[in-house]
Amino acid sequence: MSIELALGALLAAAVVLFVAVPFLRAGEGPRAVELDQDVLVAAEERDRALAELKELEFDHRTGKITDEDYRALVQPLRRVAARRLANGTALPKETAELPSEQHFSASSPPSSRSKR
Amino acid sequence: MPELGRVALIVCLGLAAYAVVGGALGAHTRRRRLSESAENAVIGSFLAALVASGVLVAALVQKDFSFVYVYEHTSLELPRSYTLSAFWGGQEGSLLLWLLILTGFSALAVVLGRRSARSLLPWTVPVLGVVAGFFSFLLVAVSSPFATQAAPADGLGLNPSLQNPYMLAHPPMLYLGFVGLTIPFAFAMGALLARRGDELWIVVTRRWTLVAWTFLGFGQLLGAHWAYVEVGWGGYFAWDPVENAALMPWLAATAFLHSVMIQEKRGMLKIWNVLLVVGAFALALFGTFLTRSGILSSIHSFTESSIGPWFLGFIGFTVAASTLLIVSRLPLLRSKTRLESPISREATFLYNNLLLVAFCLTILWGVAYPILTEAVRGEPITVGPPYYNFFLKTFGLPLLLLMGIGPLIAWRRASLRGLGRIFAWPIGVAVATGLLLLALGAGSSLPGLVGYTFCAFVLASIVLEFARGTRARRALSGGSWASALAELVGRNRRRYGGYVVHASIVLLAIGVIGSSAYDTTREQRLARGETMAVGGYTLTYRGAVQRRGANAMEVRALVDVKRGGEQLGTMQPGKNSYFAEQQVSNEAAIRSDRLNGEDLFLIAEQIRSDRVFLKVLVKPLVNLIWIAGLVFLGGALIALWPDAREQRRLALRYGRQEVLARA
Repeated sequence: MSIELALGALLAAAVVLFVAVPFLRAGEGPRAVELDQDVLVAAEERDRALAELKELEFDHRTGKITDEDYRALVQPLRRVAARRLANGTALPKETAELPSEQHFSASSPPSSRSKR
Repeated sequence: MPELGRVALIVCLGLAAYAVVGGALGAHTRRRRLSESAENAVIGSFLAALVASGVLVAALVQKDFSFVYVYEHTSLELPRSYTLSAFWGGQEGSLLLWLLILTGFSALAVVLGRRSARSLLPWTVPVLGVVAGFFSFLLVAVSSPFATQAAPADGLGLNPSLQNPYMLAHPPMLYLGFVGLTIPFAFAMGALLARRGDELWIVVTRRWTLVAWTFLGFGQLLGAHWAYVEVGWGGYFAWDPVENAALMPWLAATAFLHSVMIQEKRGMLKIWNVLLVVGAFALALFGTFLTRSGILSSIHSFTESSIGPWFLGFIGFTVAASTLLIVSRLPLLRSKTRLESPISREATFLYNNLLLVAFCLTILWGVAYPILTEAVRGEPITVGPPYYNFFLKTFGLPLLLLMGIGPLIAWRRASLRGLGRIFAWPIGVAVATGLLLLALGAGSSLPGLVGYTFCAFVLASIVLEFARGTRARRALSGGSWASALAELVGRNRRRYGGYVVHASIVLLAIGVIGSSAYDTTREQRLARGETMAVGGYTLTYRGAVQRRGANAMEVRALVDVKRGGEQLGTMQPGKNSYFAEQQVSNEAAIRSDRLNGEDLFLIAEQIRSDRVFLKVLVKPLVNLIWIAGLVFLGGALIALWPDAREQRRLALRYGRQEVLARA
């Protein structure tokens, strides 16, 4: 057998082993957990309402929105935001408390977790 | 060595097949270990592709002509720096590059996805596996880079057009863009397969799309510069089918990057966004098909091959399967909110999307028309630049205008009174610019004048956005103007990075309009000592020189250049005759004026010591096109830069659910 074929066999063996690693762990493997879609969608709608309100405030401050337009838009938005926040309180408490930004970005400073 | 390459590709194919079957089974039965094993297969496929690529690179560097691919794309005289570009100079090598980037991106998406989108991975992995499996299969069974022969004494060499520094960067950049669009596609399909109605897939893939889009956009500009300096016909974009092939997915991705904001802000256009992701990916495949099949005549179609039917079949499968999946998941994708007013930011984004997609489809029709006419009539009818230029003006000018309007309008709805106040400054600047340009004689081109007026409008609205935002931020936090500006941009990198990208598009438009609507072209035969005048320049032919280059005989015409009595130097347009490749290339001479951005562009034909035929082009403002590329890159980097605040917000939204999925 040539060195090339031996190297090829080594590569194949290495990746097969790597692929098999999850099966080699001890114990029964856990089943995947179905995410609660309603909770996620409610959280998205809550965040969307808050972001819209924040953006409206900033646009008004920059002069992009007139006072009349601001008054016409802000009340309905506040009502929606309040409603969605109220829905949000019905979510599991951990949803708002979990310090898990590291799952999204390695660049987030570790200290920022304690700030929340 | 070729055996190792072949084995590595077979291993890659096996791993991709396992990722599809094992991944789908794991996702369907919700068996975590099986899904994780399929994820590992995706990571392992990158290792296998890396080994296969290493073998080919080693063969290229050693100029091992026992590899058919190395024999066909290099020669002993080929400079070492261009040996690397031979990796993607031929079909088999470029397919291997596709696979390498694809498996690399897929492995990265899996590794990052394990931290941020665990719950989406089980159904995303099989989709990644399908795409990797297709390219592995092509390389194993249809178009192998590891075919061997008895080694000849020398190779056939590399296409002279590819012997340019830009070719070291332009094709890989485009491939990074094409392939990068696979990741958003896979996550979108994965979310639909998992029956997910939330927007996690958008959060995960936003940055991937932006990266792919940036590579694709910057790669096209590099290609335009390559065409300008190397192909030597005096232009930078010729609506060549393969250029169009890169432009189409970029337009679709541009539409997606805008419309995804409407989904994030208002929860609308969910179906549209999935369709755009599928469209961008299918167009990226179509682009690779056009480049590699040789089905259309193009300066980029370096070879004709048999992979065309495979590609068409895969594109058809991708579009059909995606469409069926989308249709089956329509209830999940229905939006609860509706457009409140035709005068709102989301409405301008929608108009922008319609124009971008309409432009994309007209280009697609222009590219497909010769293929269809050949299939029906047996003779292709080529669609030329006038067709594309018409639609560029038809859709491009309103798009330019919308770039200035969109950012200034509020979400939901805006009153006419408010609009008058907001737009007073930009409109004033635009009208003043238009009148000034008219007085300076820019009225010779109406589209040019309108384009420049729109450019002034957009630039004024961008400056206004920065100025108003900085003032508001300073009022809130105090401090200096500079710190307020930095804080403004830092707090909303996507928005202000996007404005910088808009500014780059304006620069691009100024350059394109200047160099196409206000250029001067003249052709003349000159005897030795004879002079011609064009665009304020005086050119005198001084004779010809011939010299031996590294791998070509170089003939140059010596042309003295003067402007307003000032001697500007000698330019040397000419030809290179490549020894091994037995081909002649045009070597244009370009003199750039950094003060006014103007280029003097010389092409020499029929070069003899006593006479020459000169084509002279004076291209105003063309340098802004290349500067636009750097600004574009800067804006994209700002938009891409991680935002810790946003990451925390997203972690709050999805973090708990992701931890539950991991538990």
